Amino acid sequence: MSRYITRLRMRRTYKWNGRPVGEDRKLKRQYYESMSISVEGKTEDATVSLGQYILIEGDDDDNPFVAQLLKLYTDDSGKKKTAVLQWFVRMCEVPQNKRKLLGRDPHPQEIFFYQDRSCDNEVDGETILGAVQIEYVPVQDPFPVGKSRDILFVKLLWDTKSFRALDPELMQPSQSPKSPPPSSRGPQTRALPTPDPSVMKRAMSGILTRGSMSTGKMSSSEAESLHSASKLSAAKALSAKRRSQAVSGPQVRKKLDLCSPSKNMSRDDVLGELLDERSEKTLTSKLNTSPTGRISISIRLTPLNLNKEECVSPLSSHSPDKPRMTAHDKDDAASVFLGVQPIEDDDPEPLINTGRTPRKREATPRRAGLRGLKARTPSRRKDSAALREPALAALAEEEHEDSPINTAATSRSKRKSAQLVSSRIKKQLNLLGNKIGLQSDGEDGDDDDCFIPSKIDLQSSSDEEEEAKIDSEDELIVKKHRGSGTSRSTEKTRVSARTPRKTPSKKTAPATPRTPRHATPSIPSRTAPARKPGNVLEEARARLHVSSVPESLPCREQEFQDIYNFVESKVIDGTGGCMYISGVPGTGKTATVHEVIRSLQQSAEQDEIPHFRFIEINGMKMTDPHQAYVQILQKLTDQKATPDHAAALLEKRFSAPAPKKETVVLLVDELDLLWTRKQNVMYNLFDWPTRRNARLVVLTIANTMDLPERIMINRVASRLGLTRMSFQPYTFKQLQQIITSRLNRVKAFEEDALQLVSRKVAALSGDARRCLDICRRATEICEHSGSQKNSSGLVGMSHVMEALDEMFSSSYISAIRCASVQEQLFLRAVIAEFRRLGLEEATFQQVFVQHQALCRVEGLQPANVSEGLTVCQRLGSCRLLLLEGSRLDLFLRIRLNVSQDDVLYALKAD
Amino acid sequence: MSKRRSLTEAQCVSLAQKLLRERLCHQKLPDRPLALDSQYKHLLELLRRTAVHGESNSVLIVGPRGSGKTMLLGCVLRELMSLKEAQKNVLLVELNGLLQTDDKIALKEITRQLHLENVVGDKVFGSFAENLAFLLEALKKGDKSSSRPVVFVLDEFDLFAHHKNQTLLYNLLDVSQSAQTPVAVLGLTCRLDVLELLEKRVKSRFSHRQIHLFSSLSFAQYVDAVRAQLSLPPDFPDPKFSDAWNHSVTVHTQHTSRSVFTNKSYTQSLFLTSFSVRVSVSHSTLHEADLLEASRLISADSKAIILHGLSILELCLIIAMKHLNDTYDGEPFNFQMVHNEFKKFIQRKSHSIHKFEKPVVMKAFEHLLQLELVRPVDSGVCKVQREYQLMRLMLEHGQVMEALQRYPQCPTDVKQWALSAFA
Repeated sequence: MSRYITRLRMRRTYKWNGRPVGEDRKLKRQYYESMSISVEGKTEDATVSLGQYILIEGDDDDNPFVAQLLKLYTDDSGKKKTAVLQWFVRMCEVPQNKRKLLGRDPHPQEIFFYQDRSCDNEVDGETILGAVQIEYVPVQDPFPVGKSRDILFVKLLWDTKSFRALDPELMQPSQSPKSPPPSSRGPQTRALPTPDPSVMKRAMSGILTRGSMSTGKMSSSEAESLHSASKLSAAKALSAKRRSQAVSGPQVRKKLDLCSPSKNMSRDDVLGELLDERSEKTLTSKLNTSPTGRISISIRLTPLNLNKEECVSPLSSHSPDKPRMTAHDKDDAASVFLGVQPIEDDDPEPLINTGRTPRKREATPRRAGLRGLKARTPSRRKDSAALREPALAALAEEEHEDSPINTAATSRSKRKSAQLVSSRIKKQLNLLGNKIGLQSDGEDGDDDDCFIPSKIDLQSSSDEEEEAKIDSEDELIVKKHRGSGTSRSTEKTRVSARTPRKTPSKKTAPATPRTPRHATPSIPSRTAPARKPGNVLEEARARLHVSSVPESLPCREQEFQDIYNFVESKVIDGTGGCMYISGVPGTGKTATVHEVIRSLQQSAEQDEIPHFRFIEINGMKMTDPHQAYVQILQKLTDQKATPDHAAALLEKRFSAPAPKKETVVLLVDELDLLWTRKQNVMYNLFDWPTRRNARLVVLTIANTMDLPERIMINRVASRLGLTRMSFQPYTFKQLQQIITSRLNRVKAFEEDALQLVSRKVAALSGDARRCLDICRRATEICEHSGSQKNSSGLVGMSHVMEALDEMFSSSYISAIRCASVQEQLFLRAVIAEFRRLGLEEATFQQVFVQHQALCRVEGLQPANVSEGLTVCQRLGSCRLLLLEGSRLDLFLRIRLNVSQDDVLYALKAD
Repeated sequence: MSKRRSLTEAQCVSLAQKLLRERLCHQKLPDRPLALDSQYKHLLELLRRTAVHGESNSVLIVGPRGSGKTMLLGCVLRELMSLKEAQKNVLLVELNGLLQTDDKIALKEITRQLHLENVVGDKVFGSFAENLAFLLEALKKGDKSSSRPVVFVLDEFDLFAHHKNQTLLYNLLDVSQSAQTPVAVLGLTCRLDVLELLEKRVKSRFSHRQIHLFSSLSFAQYVDAVRAQLSLPPDFPDPKFSDAWNHSVTVHTQHTSRSVFTNKSYTQSLFLTSFSVRVSVSHSTLHEADLLEASRLISADSKAIILHGLSILELCLIIAMKHLNDTYDGEPFNFQMVHNEFKKFIQRKSHSIHKFEKPVVMKAFEHLLQLELVRPVDSGVCKVQREYQLMRLMLEHGQVMEALQRYPQCPTDVKQWALSAFA
């Protein structure tokens, strides 16, 4: 629903409507009943009034916040407009881990009544985007199907812990008794300046007459009936079916009406664009007067609900040059443009149709950018189709042509027959177009003359039109995976439903299979469950594995406390901050942070602190520093975007003042990998927390203590701040404690053995991973050797020694010992040559001479050059020798990679 | 023995040939790796624990080329797959540092071999970043007890360490150290210093298990091994033939393998290949001469062979260069010096050697340059005239002398010149 984006980009101005209805002297506030929002570049205003459901600008353009407007007031200065709201939450705003509580898949349009005392319910009035439709659905009832995508449904109440049934009473705003219950038709209607029944009637009748003329159903337009007969029969059949689906009656009517405003917005947008380009003066003047808000699709549904005879009458009162037109008039005009005008009452599913329009629009801005003025709005497309007719455009006919397509395109799956019909009609039209156009001309004149001046480009062919459709469809496919969770699914089904129709035409059926976008990453599960550890040693081994999460992290209590306090205070205050954590590998940095987050989440669970989101990225787990944005965005909102786009979205999210935002705790592991030449990734990561509204806590981890000084430029380092912590390598006592706590009373090690391991590791690196690995290896050795002899079955000193040897001792000596005779001789020759030269480097030729001499001494057949070189290369591939490229042949230089003493020791012991 | 069961000699020979070729050329796995029992057990136990208990592990198998790393791994995997528990569970991913030259390719290959869901047919979709995220997500979702363990075999492990940031290694080893899908990361390498190549965080995540393969065979064991490789199996259809064959193997290997043993590489397989091919109908048992010939072929000096094909003039130039090398103690020379040296020789022995024009000598010199028996000192294009460009002789003193000895119909004057201490 990216249509909000365009709205956001425009400047909006907010004005109070009418006089203040009340005043609070003490607080110096003046209360208002409604506010009008005018958008720059648009001529119409939208009005929001108390009790109405509104959209609030949030950090997610696609899913703005939803709320009910309870109060509007201004402070004494009159500058600041404040709105008091009752919030609703979307599923995507519910914390990820709580979504399961719903126990079913949420309806894509479902929202929840939000009950949270702690949540701030006052927002800046200037973040209001516009009105939205919300409908209460009783808990046991299913969600109404076939409704516009713009209606949101409320069924349950979300109180931050559980979903509960929503008492419909709650939906009635208690604070503003003036505003009637929202689900009723009342407030919407009243909010509008104009919509009184008579006008509506007029508007309806306008359409109806025109419609009837075109199909020849009501009046006696022979020419029409001539050609439309065939189509009509099909359409009739369809409509009959549809009508049986759509229940008629007041309730339906109400529902239909509910969907209107949002629908209208999009329409108006389209219209606005059209107007800009065409500068259709009459229409503009009409539109100037018409407000954005409620304009009413009701017209569109009239054919369904109203009796035709009843509406026909007041057509005469509706003349195009009437200075102050009603909203309905405008809509009338809009429908003329849009071509979504129902075929009289044959319009099969107005709701689907309405749902479709914004979607078409979705493609518009881009398209327009690409192809200039040849925008692909459906209306335009239709428009150009109309202009195809050499004579005066027979609008009605065009509508005939288009509307089945439109409707067919909407719910393709349901209506296969409509495809046939539409194609047939098309053919027919091409033949009959002229004649009918001429005939219908006179009759439609008054309504359609707005089209005459707009006849600009005649060259647009039906072919192009078709292509345009496909194009926009392709775009939809592209969009499809941009779209966020809920809207994606619906879009997808729609697209897939549409595709078959296009298949014969072209390019929608690519030969290569499409990327499986919704592939779930998973490793197949095993057939038999893994075996549990059988004996003490196996048990110990399982516990000692680095991966097993210990009950608690010993020896990092101080660090734990520091990080905990830092994060907790930021979460409670709702502020942001950075922290830099350093330490050599294997000192428990990441583990400690995770532990902190775990316990913080627990206390959030128990409502001791506010809820927060935890996001983790790792510099090593991305291919490029800029992927950090993508990953953060994806984990935050489930959106996919390119790095640049993601950066922009995040920037917006963290800088925009959004109410009821959760604090986000971001862990950036392996920070040094995020280094770029301009350091903009790091800069952004540290800059966001400093924003006033960001509520972002960034914890960064890297290995070196002086990373900020070493690799960061000043402005980055300064933003990182001075909250630093360094994890010292573990001492042997700590290591011992870690192992003991991990073993947790599983008696598998002798005390001395543990001490030996921890002392050894502490002396070398203080890496806990190393320590655990050695212990694990020791249990294996014990298992193998200890089975036959030995007493206790415990891991003893000898086992640990062996494991230590295996892991720490250099293998060079044994490698030399196991080398072949010639290789050993060659090594000796190398040392002899080094001694002779007094250098640590010699060429192969020099060494080879020595080698041959040694061979003779040893009584071996002296090797020839090729053999010598082979021997040399073999030693080089083991890295006992360091060699230059073998291209140099005799002159390649040789160095030892081991100390001479080691070589001599290894050879002597032989 | 019934007549119909005994095969003709020709059939026997071809059968024996086939058997030996399979062993030597097709790298058929032996029933049990020789002299690597402890390593075999260690590795098998490790993989078994991954397969059965879902324990993540990482291990490096280090040994010089030809020491049987791949063979060991092959045997272990064969045994592992024969376990019922492991057979259906273990997923195997094989990568080679020479094929998967960067992480992007390696990731695609892993994804392909794991048949993850972003694989369609044989194609892997998505960008590098997406693939990485996808794979990590997949591995993260698994857990110790329920997901199938994955065995990653990284051949030429050291080459993976040269990938940018060592992203792949970090991630694989990180998975092996965290509670995710159980993985076993097996690295095969011949570099002893491979751990030093790993970055500190990657190194910390590696378990530091190394299995070293060094052939510590004594000569007797070595001969036995060679015999075992060459002997025909007891179930060979014609016992008479196989007996005769095996006998000849036993007799002859003793003498000939000494020289190979000093090199003690498993290049024996090369050596063996060359003679097993020579077994033919006319020649149905192994002769010592065959073995000697084969060993001579293997140990032949490639440059000496080139020298045999040179003309007298070229040979003379080589000798002149050798003298220059002797005189100036290996300092580089140029064509003019060689030519002068050659001219001096011609003046002394004008009767035996035809006098060559300078361009002809130059031509011969260039031919030597092409054969890379002579190389310019600085390979860069220099503005020095061809005649004065500094060169080095790429031959050992001994090689020249040996070539002269073997050169067919070498004029005695030339030989004497080469042997004389003074030019």
